[in-house]
Order: sequence, then C-alpha cells, then structure tokens
Amino acid sequence: MRRSLKDLKPGQSGKIVGIKGKGAIKRRLMDMGVTGGTIVLVEGIAPLGDPIEVKIKNYKLTLRKSEAENIIVE
Amino acid sequence: MGNNINIALAGNPNSGKTTLFNALTGSRQYVGNWPGVTVEKKEGKTRYNDEEIVVVDLPGTYSLSPYSLEEVIARNYIVEESPNVVVNVVDATNIERNLYLSIQLIELGTPVVIALNMMDMVEKMGINIEVKKLSKMLGVPVVPIVASKKKGIEELLDVVVRLSKGEIEYNPCVVDYGKDLEEKISETIESLKLNPLAKKYNLRWLAIKVIEGDEKVLKTLNIDDEEESFEDDEISLLDDYESIIADKKYQFITEIVSKAVNKPKDEKLTTSDKIDKVLTNKWLGIPIFAGLMYIVFFMTFNIGNIFLDIIDAFFSETVSGWASNALEAVGAAEWLKSLIVDGIIGGVGGVLTFLPNIIILFIFISILEDSGYMARVAFIMDRAMRKIGLNGKAFIPMLMGFGCNVPAIMGTRTLDNEKERIAAILINPFMSCGARLPVYILFASVFFAGHEDTVVFSLYVLGILVAIIVGLIFKKTLFKGEGAPFVMELPPYRIPTLKGIFIHVWERVKGYLVKAGTIIFAASIILWFLLGYNFSGPADITESIGASIGKAIAPIFTPLGFGNWRAALSLVSGLLAKEVVISNMAIIYGLGETVAEAALEGDITGFASTLSNTFNQLTAYAFMVFVLLYTPCVATIGVIKRETNSWKWTLFSIAYQFVVAWVMSMLVFQVGSLLGLGL
Repeated sequence: MRRSLKDLKPGQSGKIVGIKGKGAIKRRLMDMGVTGGTIVLVEGIAPLGDPIEVKIKNYKLTLRKSEAENIIVE
Repeated sequence: MGNNINIALAGNPNSGKTTLFNALTGSRQYVGNWPGVTVEKKEGKTRYNDEEIVVVDLPGTYSLSPYSLEEVIARNYIVEESPNVVVNVVDATNIERNLYLSIQLIELGTPVVIALNMMDMVEKMGINIEVKKLSKMLGVPVVPIVASKKKGIEELLDVVVRLSKGEIEYNPCVVDYGKDLEEKISETIESLKLNPLAKKYNLRWLAIKVIEGDEKVLKTLNIDDEEESFEDDEISLLDDYESIIADKKYQFITEIVSKAVNKPKDEKLTTSDKIDKVLTNKWLGIPIFAGLMYIVFFMTFNIGNIFLDIIDAFFSETVSGWASNALEAVGAAEWLKSLIVDGIIGGVGGVLTFLPNIIILFIFISILEDSGYMARVAFIMDRAMRKIGLNGKAFIPMLMGFGCNVPAIMGTRTLDNEKERIAAILINPFMSCGARLPVYILFASVFFAGHEDTVVFSLYVLGILVAIIVGLIFKKTLFKGEGAPFVMELPPYRIPTLKGIFIHVWERVKGYLVKAGTIIFAASIILWFLLGYNFSGPADITESIGASIGKAIAPIFTPLGFGNWRAALSLVSGLLAKEVVISNMAIIYGLGETVAEAALEGDITGFASTLSNTFNQLTAYAFMVFVLLYTPCVATIGVIKRETNSWKWTLFSIAYQFVVAWVMSMLVFQVGSLLGLGL
C-alpha cells in the first residue's frame, strides 16, 4: 500500500518509493539519503506534534510533516 | 611560498571536521568570512616533513548541490581554487550517508583523501570496516583516524603530501549511471568540448551537472535550461535525471558498504538512543528543556554576577586609580586624565564587566552544541518558531537575548538559511537584555512601588510580543517566499571535550573583546567629548554639545510624554550601553555618582524626588517601553554589522527599531492620557 511518510506512526517503517515535488526541498531530501528503495523508520514526533524524527541509513533525521507528506512509502 | 601544499577539508556537519582542523592547525588559525557572505571561513597552517601545508576548512555540507550557500561555497572553492588535495572527513559510524559527499567530491576531479574518522566509536559499536577494501573500491586513499585523540594525523599528512607530489597512484572510482544516462553523459561531454567556458573544469562532472539541470553550472556555461517539465504530483518523479543520479550514487555506495563494512547482526539500542528517548519524550521533552534553559540562565547571571562586581571594582577603582596616579605623576593635562579615566576606562570597562556572563553563557552553549542537544532544541521548538517564519534553531539565540544581545546575535550562526538568519538577527534586540533591567528596576521602584515585579515582567512580555509581531510582518514582507526546508540531522549524543569547548568559547569571546577594543573604545571617547565640551571648550554637562543635542532632539519625544532634554540625552547616551542610561541620568540631572551607585544598589531616594519632577507613572512607563525597544547599543550594532556583513541591514536595524519604539511608546502615552492615566 502506498502512502506518505507523514501517515506512518512512530515505530512503523516503510520503503521509499519516491519524492513528490521538485527543486531545493526534494534535492535536500535526496542529499540526506531519502532515495528510492531506502527503508525509513519513524522514531517519534516532537512534543508539539511536529516535526517528526525518522531513522534512515542508520542515522537520525528530523523533518516537518509538510515535507514528510511528499515522501511516498510502501 | 609557491611550494605550499594547499588542502581543503570537506565533510558532513558532525563528522569531526572541525576537530580535525583544530588537531591539524592548533592555534595557527585565522577565522574570517567567505567573501561577500556571512559564512565563516577558517584557514590554518601546519607542517609535515618541512612541507608547509595550508588548510582551508570548507563549510560542513551533506552534498554539493546548488541550493545552499555553504554547498556552493565549498564546491566553488574546490573547482575554482584547485587545492592540491581535498581531505574528506568521513564519520565512520555513519559511513553510508557520509560517502555520498565523498562520491561527489571524487567526481569533481581534484585528488581526494578520505580521513575515516571516529574509528574508536566504530570499534565500540562492533562494526568492522575493511579500510583497504574500501580504499580500493573508491580508488582513493583512505586513512583511519580518531581526530579527537589525534590518532592517525601523521599518517594522514603523509598520504596528503605524497598524493600532492604524485607519489601515490590515483585511480578514482567512476559511478556507472546506467546505459541511457551514460550515453547522455558522453554526448554532453562531446558538446562541452566545444564550449570554451568549460575548459578548466572536469568534463564528466560538468556533464552530470548539466544533465541534472544545475542552475549555477548552466549559468557559468551560458547554457539555457531546456528540460524540467515534470508535474508536481507525479509519483513517477523518481525518474527525473536528478533523482536517478542521486539514486545511482546511493546504490553505488550501498554496494561498497555491503562489501567493506561488517555490522553486527543485532542492532542494540545505543546509549545515545536511550538518552534521546527521554530528552525528546512527548511529555518530558519540554519540561526537561525548560529546566535546562533555567539552569543555563541561572548560572549565567548568578555565577556571572559574582565576578561582575569584582571586575567592576577592578576597573572603576584599581585601574582608574592606577591610571589617575600614573597620569598625575607624568604631569598629564586634566582633560587627558578625564578622557582616559572617565571616558575610555569607564566605557570599555563597563562593557568588559559583562565578560564573565558571556563566557559562562558560551560555555553552556558550546556544551549544548557539542553534545548534540542543540539539534533537539530545534526539534522541540520548531513548531512554535515556525509561526514567525523562523525554524527551531532560532530559539536559542532568542533566549540568549535576555542575557545580552551581542552573543545572542552571534549565536544565530547556527541558522543556515540567510533570510531566516537576518530575520532572527533583526528581532533579537527586542529580547530585553540584562543591561536594560537596571533602568526598569529604578523606574519601577520610583513610580510603581509595590508592583515592581509586575511592571518589569510586563516589559519582558511586551518585548516578546513585539518580536513576534515584527517577525510576522517580516515574514509577510521582507523575507517572503519559501522558508528553508527543515530537514536536519539529529546527531548522536557525544560527551563534549574540554578542548572543543575551550576553542568555541575563545573564538566567540575574542570577537567580543575586539569589539570592546574598537567600536566601544571609539564610542566612549566620542561620548566623553560630547558630554564634557562645547564649541568654546570644556564645559559643564548642562552646557555641553550633548546637552545641545538633547535639546535639539527633545521635541521628538514630546508625543511620548518625556520631551525634555535630560531624558533625551540619557537615551542618546544609552546607545553606548543601555546600562549607562541610569548613570548618565544621574550625571545629567546633576545628582552625581553616589546617587547613581546608591540607586543601582536599591537606594532610590536620591533619584525618586528628582525623577518625580519630570516623570509620572504614565510617562515613566512610556519611557521604559522606549528603553526596551529602541535602537540597540553600539556593541549590538557592531555585531549586527559583522554578522549581517551589510551596512544596509545594520542601518535598517537602527532605524526600524527606533520607529517601533517611538510608535509603541507614543501609543502607551497617548492612549494612557486618553484614559486619564498618570495624572
């Protein structure tokens, strides 16, 4: 099932299928290792509800839900 | 000099690049800015076997994309300045993501040596990295090091020197982008061969950049951007060239890592993970953060203030006394004595008084930064800060502003987006700094006896509200457009090293000291002159040029309720440092030092009767509001100039804050008068 990274709950993981959008934000995500085929695990959510913390390629990354929304996982 | 070996240090943030730079160059470093931008540039020197090696520390980056200033700086330096060798610091504990930059560096064509850092951590984690295999597959020398323990530094330098002399074979790997793309790359290379602008660059790299549609490269080559017509919603977007190229790079890396790195099968929760679970916990995260901030504040101001009195006494008694005696002994003129003792020692000493607070604050900031907690602060506070167009990282500088705006503005260096950084700098002075507190305390005690706390607290809140409103306005006007993406690494927690903290603190304190020695030095002399002279020579303060200025500008403050020259002149002198508003008021009102001293120590009887003649509750509050919001002191102006690297922003900051203060203060007085307050 395809959905966005934003919809994953803490503890859930998914395999990245693609990133929507283009330009700086997409490039930045790719540079940080958010590329096709990579497994991403949602570690937690900030106390105020946003951003989220994920584990990818063996390190921790934080990104806003608005950015996570563009990352499609399955 | 021509035989120097030039090396550039490149690497991800948190890879230990700075630690390696410090280990290599020790105290022989020079810190400045890259031309035209506010990004810090560090340069240093080291020697190895009679070779002088110049080391340039490139900004820490994850990639060499054209979107961020740091990345453009790093790549331009390598491409345009052609260092002999690029030393790429790779965090071995996070090798997969770190190698992404390595691949890009290798693609640039300049010889690369990989310094595989944090090998001790890797061993602890039970990971085994086959360095030789890694080196063979990447086709570049790989030297294992532990920068924090200075292990492997000699070996690294040895490889660097030999590589720069061509004594080591260098056959860098080439990423295979697949048949289609490779064909396109070959075609592009052929056409680039005809482009005279492409001559000095590595053609394969250039071709890849052209295919990616890299704006900066296309511009350099004078090529129009042809493609780029994908729709936003298409998931198949992984198929655009930029994505394919990034994907292929990562696939190449995954391949290498799977062969050269052996990880233990069961991944245990590391200590860092456990700490993180608590510190960013949904319920505990904010209380812990608030508690830590409280400790930082408590220590900064309480411990700092112990030294404050000592330093103050040192300058106002010991140094001043010594200088007076010395000047008398050599028979110096009275005016010179006054200039040196009252003007220079008074002014510069007044600023140095805050040095302990600043040092303590920076020790804590460095600990928070080096331990990895600062990234969590950004994580915790991002949502709140985003409302005013800033990101979580801007929170700490705001908080620091309550102490002193000078280090706080320097603290905005952690923000990597230029727009956000300037916005954060511009609103920072609304955070009421410690120097403004004495003014509130005095006025509140005289006019609002019994309600001092409420009055002072209301001013702090007002400052925050104004900062939020101004932040919102900036977001809608000056700094419109897409904010920087908040995609940030949360580095593992590490125990900060004493040396690292010392270097951080020293770098920052040095800037503060330089300022005390230059801008404040000059400003002190000018103010001393203005308050002690008029055009016919030495004069009483009431007859001085300063008084004339006060009289000339007093009408500006009439709509605010304090349009008298004494108040006006105090405010002008407050530009030197906000805390001198009080001492100058004492001088200006002819009350003398002792009354001012007494007032600062809580005895306000001397001040009370005098102030009551010219102020009432309403005008006193309007005056405090003005002191809270108006143009920051010279030290802050100086640091704004240095950090924005722009006179335009500096002048803007001076002017707009004056306007904001005037408007707010005017509103307080006019609305208050309408309501019949303060009569």
